[in-house]
Amino acid sequence: MSNELISRMIDSIVDTINLQADELTFLDQAIGDGDHGTNLKRGAESLLKNRDEIAGLDFGPALKKAGTTIVMTVGGASGPLYGSALLAMAREAGEMPADSAEIGKLTQVGVNAVKARGRSDVGAKTMLDVLVPVHEAVMGGASLNEVRMVAEKSVEATRTMQAKKGRASFLGIRSIGHVDPGARSAAYIVEAICNVLEQR
Amino acid sequence: MSENVSIVIVSHSAHVASGTAEMVKEMVGDEVEVAHCGGDPGGGLGTSVSAIMDAIESVWSDKGIAILVDLGGAETNSEMAIEMLGPEKSDKIVICSAPIVEGAVMAATVAAGGAQLDDVRGTAEDFR
Repeated sequence: MSNELISRMIDSIVDTINLQADELTFLDQAIGDGDHGTNLKRGAESLLKNRDEIAGLDFGPALKKAGTTIVMTVGGASGPLYGSALLAMAREAGEMPADSAEIGKLTQVGVNAVKARGRSDVGAKTMLDVLVPVHEAVMGGASLNEVRMVAEKSVEATRTMQAKKGRASFLGIRSIGHVDPGARSAAYIVEAICNVLEQR
Repeated sequence: MSENVSIVIVSHSAHVASGTAEMVKEMVGDEVEVAHCGGDPGGGLGTSVSAIMDAIESVWSDKGIAILVDLGGAETNSEMAIEMLGPEKSDKIVICSAPIVEGAVMAATVAAGGAQLDDVRGTAEDFR
């Protein structure tokens, strides 16, 4: 049962990344180095290639294998950021989480790993501006629909922020007015996961 | 294995990485082992965790490894590579916060004289 869920999550995330890669690259061209979509697409490709092996593992080892796959193939800074979240969650994870509280415990570990790897926090116009509010919504017992809405709202909120991390920070105030590509991809991934959980 | 601290150069560009390594070898000589890598896993501009891990292993020295990076992603990927090599090795690897070309030459110069890892890093980072 859990195997099938992991397998479907990978499919859902991979489909989303492939579908949105051009938009992510477009956003990244505005304030970054224009490779976010391409990088994540490469990660998606190798996730798909390893899907059956990952889905055949217990939950923790599956997270670890997925994290390693992403770290090794994505490049950019997003590979280590997403990969570190998965690897940190893998160290904490036992069984597949059964309720919001258990999911929240896991997402806390993931969020902390991204903060540590990026030496960043909310308000710097990064993926954390989506991941942190999403984690808080999960902890607050939000429904899947509410989580999706929080993710979307949080992406849009990065538009008025000035970037303090990554290449975009070199732009200073010129980074204002653009949605952050990392926040955008984080929300797409959150939504892809929500879509699978909804069908369960 | 080298008796001196080794240098690893990590750039988004394979050309910058190999050019920097060439300058180090030309200006410092062969007493210090230098490895370099550049380009993402797809061959475009960027950096690759597995290529960085391979570069570190290729010039491994128990005295330590000093890494020079160019832009943000190179540093993040280098940190990831260090972590993935495990605690025993990661304790002996540092990333120098210094300009990549000047830092690599300075680091290699003191490393060639047998300096400890902290001194190698400090010298590279003192360059302004």
